[in-house]
Amino acid sequence: MATCKPIPDYPTRGVNDTPNYNIEIIIENKKLARDPEGETIAKELIERRGISTIKGIRSGKYLRFLVEAEKEEEAIRLVEKIASDLRIYNPVVHICNIRVMGEIK
Amino acid sequence: MKTAIIQFPGSNCDLDILHVLKNVLKVEAELVWHKDFKDSDFEAAVLPGGFSYGDYLRAGIIAAHSPAMEHVKEMVREGKLVIGICNGFQILVESELLPGALLTNQSMCFICKWVKVRVETDETPFTRHIERKTVLNMPIAHAEGRYVNDPEGIKELHENDQVIFRYVNSRGEISEDSNPNGSMDSIAGICNLERNVLGLMPHPERASEPVLSPFSDSDGLKLLSILRS
Repeated sequence: MATCKPIPDYPTRGVNDTPNYNIEIIIENKKLARDPEGETIAKELIERRGISTIKGIRSGKYLRFLVEAEKEEEAIRLVEKIASDLRIYNPVVHICNIRVMGEIK
Repeated sequence: MKTAIIQFPGSNCDLDILHVLKNVLKVEAELVWHKDFKDSDFEAAVLPGGFSYGDYLRAGIIAAHSPAMEHVKEMVREGKLVIGICNGFQILVESELLPGALLTNQSMCFICKWVKVRVETDETPFTRHIERKTVLNMPIAHAEGRYVNDPEGIKELHENDQVIFRYVNSRGEISEDSNPNGSMDSIAGICNLERNVLGLMPHPERASEPVLSPFSDSDGLKLLSILRS
């Protein structure tokens, strides 16, 4: 089976020929907050098929930001700031992972 | 008490609460579109149930960034009363006016049914006329009402007497069966430290006239009547 690959569906360069970066945000519940969606998928889809090597599933929310920035670090910093300042995640109950999908080629 | 009912795009219990406040309780209340809301015009505010901005990202988070919420925060600072019902509770939590989070129900289902909640404290302006441990009948109607907080947050809520309502069974006892959404400690409603902001998942406005209640009572009025003073 082919591995899922991102589709470069956005312009790779901004107006001043600045690179565009795809920055991903993945939000999932902390361990203290149960995740019924992940639990149901694990129990009703995976375990039911007798697959015992999947030890857990956590569901989450995925957002992809297309960021125009000179450097990758700058793009990450901006998204980190937005995620925190605008409460894209609720720090009491969520873990937020921010990562780069890479400059679109 | 001149009360604003703040309408967000998607609010749908606004007319219900208006009816109860105006026609049943004879409170001076009016609907205010969120963009037009000014705190100085009112002595109290209700954030009604329903939805807001499609509840995208998380229920209440987009409305929490509405300029109206800056005015609500000013009201709170001035000690005025603010009640958030259902989506209104979610907005208050996402605005950080109340602590914690309201996550998807443990059953993953939208739940619409009558529940029983126990009044945990009478040390708030909202419940000062209701005897502690009184059990009220009110309906819930939500998909994201599971109250969650970290252990320290839950401990603080109890220590500071901020838990106002908990889901109970017909004997008034906390039990797993009577917790409809998996809320931590069966929490159905809380207040802030200053005790002038109340958020609750049940709908008192749908339980304010005997004709609408399967129990022929009007328990919601016990809570909402404070806006009459």
